[in-house]
Amino acid sequence: MEFRFEIEGGNFSKAGTASSEVKKILKQLNVDPKIIKRTVVSLYEAEVNVVAHAYEGEMNVEIIPDKVSVTIQDKGPGIPDIDQAMQEGYSTATPKVREMGFGAGMGLPNIKKNSDQLNISSKVNVGTIVEIVNYLK
Amino acid sequence: MVKVADIVNKLNARIVCGKCDLDRKLEFGFASDLMSDVLTIDTENLLLITGMNNLQTIRTSEMLDISHIIFVRDKKASKEMQELACEHGIALLECGYSMFRACAALNELGLKPVY
Repeated sequence: MEFRFEIEGGNFSKAGTASSEVKKILKQLNVDPKIIKRTVVSLYEAEVNVVAHAYEGEMNVEIIPDKVSVTIQDKGPGIPDIDQAMQEGYSTATPKVREMGFGAGMGLPNIKKNSDQLNISSKVNVGTIVEIVNYLK
Repeated sequence: MVKVADIVNKLNARIVCGKCDLDRKLEFGFASDLMSDVLTIDTENLLLITGMNNLQTIRTSEMLDISHIIFVRDKKASKEMQELACEHGIALLECGYSMFRACAALNELGLKPVY
C-alpha cells in the first residue's frame, strides 16, 4: 500500500494532518498500538520540522506486511551539519515555532529514538529528505 | 489511580469537550508547555497538564494516545481545538489554577509523576 500526503510549510494549523492519516491507516490494519505510537511520533516530529523550517514538503508512505517505510521530503533551507542537528538541544527554530511549543532541539533525536531505521540527507538551500523505517512485527 | 471526577472537583475544573467518563481513572500526570518534551513521553493512562492552548497540543496528544488534557492558568480551548479533540476522543478540561497549584493538588490526590 502506498500513500502520499502534502505538507504545507509555515501552516501550523495543518501540522500533523499527514501523521494523523497514517495513524488511522495503521489502526485499521490492526498494527500493535505501541508500534503505531512510535511510528506516528517520529512522523509527527518530522512533519512539524517541515512546517517549521521548509516551504513545502510531502510524506510518502509505503506499508508492506512487515514494515512501514516513510520518506518525508521538503524544499527548504536544508541542514548544513546533520551531526550537529542530531544533538539534543541544538535548534535553529524561529521564535514563532518556539511559541507553538516546539523548537527545543529534541525533534531529530526523538525521531531516532522512535524509529528502527533513520536516514537523513540534506542539501543546503535545496531541501531535506528524512527516511524512516519501522518494523510492524 | 485517580478518578476524573476527583480531578474536576479538586481543581474546580470545567469539562469543555469530550464524552468524559467521570469514573475513568488516570494514573500519571505530566506538566509541560513544551510539546517537544511531551513527545518524549511514552506513558499510558496519563493526564497532560499544560498552559499551551493551540491545535498542536491536541495533535501531540493524539499521537501519544493521551486521553485527557487539563488547561491551567484559565487558558481556553478554541472551537477548532475542541472539534479536533472530540474527533479523537480526547477529553478537555479547563481550570483557573496556576500550573504549580494544579500539580500540587493533583499530586495530593495521588496522581503519579512519569519520572
